[in-house]
Amino acid sequence: MDFNYTDEQTMLRDTVARYLADTYTFDARMAVVNGTAGKAGWNPATWQAFAQELGILGAPFSEAHGGLGGGALENMIVMEEFGRALVIEPYLSTVVIGGGFLKAVGGAIADTVIPQIIEGKVVIAFAYAEPQGRYNLSDLRTTAKKEGAGYVLNGHKAVVYGAPWATHLIVTTRSGGGQRDKEGVSVFLVPADAKGITRRDYPTVDGSQASEVYFENVQVGADALLGEEGKGLPLVEQVVDEATAALCAEACGVTRTLHALTLDYAKQRKQFGKAIAEFQVLQHRMVDMFLEVEQAVSMTLMATLKLDEKPLDRAKAVSAAKIKIAKACKAVGQGAVQIHGGMGITTELATGHFFKRATMIEGQFGSMDHHLARFEALTD
Amino acid sequence: MDLNFSAEDIAFRDEVRSFIAENYPDDLRAKADEGEELSKEDLLKWHRILGKRGWSAPAWPTQYGGPGWNSIQRYIWSEECARADTIAVLPFGVTMVAPVIMAFGTEEQKAKHLPAILKGDLWWCQGYSEPGAGSDLANLRTKAERFTGDDGKEYYRVNGQKTWTTMAQHADWGFFLVRTNPTAKAQEGISFLLIDMKSPGITVRPIITLGGEHEVNEVWLEDVIVPVENRVFEENKGWTCAKYLLAHERTGIAGVARSKRGVERVKTIARSEMEDGAPLIKNPFFKRKIAELEVDLIALEFTELRTLAGEASGKGPGPESSLLKIKGTEIQQRITELALEAVGHYGAPYFRGFGEGDNEHPIGPDYAHRAAPTYFNGRKTSIYGGSNEIQRNIIAKAVLGL
Ligand SMILES: Cc1cc2nc3c(=O)[nH]c(=O)nc-3n(C[C@H](O)[C@H](O)[C@H](O)COP(=O)(O)OP(=O)(O)OC[C@H]3O[C@@H](n4cnc5c(N)ncnc54)[C@H](O)[C@@H]3O)c2cc1C
Repeated sequence: MDFNYTDEQTMLRDTVARYLADTYTFDARMAVVNGTAGKAGWNPATWQAFAQELGILGAPFSEAHGGLGGGALENMIVMEEFGRALVIEPYLSTVVIGGGFLKAVGGAIADTVIPQIIEGKVVIAFAYAEPQGRYNLSDLRTTAKKEGAGYVLNGHKAVVYGAPWATHLIVTTRSGGGQRDKEGVSVFLVPADAKGITRRDYPTVDGSQASEVYFENVQVGADALLGEEGKGLPLVEQVVDEATAALCAEACGVTRTLHALTLDYAKQRKQFGKAIAEFQVLQHRMVDMFLEVEQAVSMTLMATLKLDEKPLDRAKAVSAAKIKIAKACKAVGQGAVQIHGGMGITTELATGHFFKRATMIEGQFGSMDHHLARFEALTD
Repeated sequence: MDLNFSAEDIAFRDEVRSFIAENYPDDLRAKADEGEELSKEDLLKWHRILGKRGWSAPAWPTQYGGPGWNSIQRYIWSEECARADTIAVLPFGVTMVAPVIMAFGTEEQKAKHLPAILKGDLWWCQGYSEPGAGSDLANLRTKAERFTGDDGKEYYRVNGQKTWTTMAQHADWGFFLVRTNPTAKAQEGISFLLIDMKSPGITVRPIITLGGEHEVNEVWLEDVIVPVENRVFEENKGWTCAKYLLAHERTGIAGVARSKRGVERVKTIARSEMEDGAPLIKNPFFKRKIAELEVDLIALEFTELRTLAGEASGKGPGPESSLLKIKGTEIQQRITELALEAVGHYGAPYFRGFGEGDNEHPIGPDYAHRAAPTYFNGRKTSIYGGSNEIQRNIIAKAVLGL
């Protein structure tokens, strides 16, 4: 057993951390979020810096594809640092999810697209959720019909994070079977500007941009299919588990920063002639927050290390991690705001923004109840 | 002891219910439903309608124009308002400063302010908190120096900064705690002043909160001149007024009737949201959480009724009201948590200052639009009005004698 990072992994973490500390300040981030620095939510220069200057968009890809030769642990390292700085750039959907699908299916499409991801040219959004589907990945009304050599897509995808500036969408569809059947799920990689795709874009409460994406007779070639027709669900489940583990890593970063901000604030803020950090009830709450963060970090590592295990073990590990992460996000987020008093609910301090992101992570890729039910079902 | 309403109570309930149904403005309902920010005029509209009917201040005694309702009637009234989902009458005038003026004010102050508060002619704000004086309110620094004007009259010159002042951007008048004796011990050198917000030297700056709202402000006072007759009660005795007011502020804070509405709203959402082809409300885990919340709410309701009964028999609102504040706000926050959980993916879109989507391309169901901002904003309830930590300190000391 060895829980130490390799020298390369340590270097990756330090490089990302240093870059973000220098350039991704709270003010710089807010300028992008609010659109005062160009298009709201998207600064192409940052993405190019990730690609060229830092080379981190290749972190989990093989050297043959031009990557750093890493995998899930490298994603974990990057995502945790991104969480610490509240990065909004779509590493999760592009590198972890897009890259995850491509690595899993391999072949010509992977050989073409992965190098473009690494170079920062391809940006991917993951169009999987539907208005009626909640967290059930196979509850799909979006259809893919075979037509000629290719397919025709129709449907409505909900709250697609990062869609406004994605070059490509990964779309989960139903190509056969009933609305919630496990069989009949097909996954496609579609250019975002394909004819028949319309979007309604909007900001999200946690600083990103997302879209409702509508597909109306969108024609794609057979080469757009990722994996086998109708057999896509296991692939989707695998990649969403990988994404959930990476999201947990982001949450570790977010909650660590929230905890640190709270500690700093409590030491500085004086009431009744002393620092509020001296009140024992607040000390215990900060200790409890610390316990949550530490467990979140442990669970994230556990889940990340089990991503390559059998689907059942992988799913159990990821759901267990997500349950603890959801708890940590709530406890640390609410605690941070409470201990900041009125300052915690303003948009002026970073704390509130971290709290909002932590809150949205609670439900992303499945709420606590969803993952508890999944864990239970796999346990007995 | 009897849990049932009398025939008179039921007649009273029917009367207020039909009054609300007939008089509550439709445009207010439409705006509130759509989560639109309400203007000053909007917020005062209902107050003014009630003012005409004599119902804007349920707890006021008849000598000041109150309806003279007993505690059961007041309970029915708040139930009916919540049931009809009316906006609340702003508390700063009716339930905060007015009781202080009644208890400690001069006849002139009563005559000048109480009728205007009742009718909703003027908007009040509360200038207590300062950057250095939150939980430790007695640490406030804003100072008022007394001087004789050229007209031979007595004035205060006020300098300092207040913060978190709710809705000060609309306020016509504010009640302020200021330091009149800088050398006395913390609580002893404070006075309670009524200040015209249009006075030269007052600057109001917005603070934007997590849901995007402009609800609170910084208020800067620079050489603001206030006539001495605007002081309520004796000089340096303002803390007595402040304590009296805080106790009043806390009773209303339980918000039982509104929370009942909130629980209903969560249920409505859970009936519409689908999970694996069935309504979310059928999910036993979600259902259980709603049940727990409802039970907590019943416990709060009966605790409040017990407190009200105590008040009716002559005990003023005491430190027990801290219990109502803690439990009331925990429940309010829990409701917003469950609503956000229930809406799933559609908690993420952020609508403020942004189009709602058209009918052809709606961005999720309407009930989801404000779920996340409401949850974020709701964190304030365990912070303001004396934080829940401070309330626990009060119970520990004043109730348990620890
Ligand atoms: C939305 C909103 C509206 C408001 N409206 C008004 C208004 O209209 N007028 C007005 O005057 N004020 C208003 N306030 C201010 C409010 O009363 C203060 O925020 C509150 O008193 C807490 O003060 P603070 O924010 O400075 O927090 P602090 O006092 O700095 O508290 C920070 C943290 O320390 C804890 N703490 C402090 N002392 C102790 C202790 N002794 N033991 C244990 N824990 C402790 C607190 O509970 C809190 O968790 C409003 C606040 C908010 C958030």
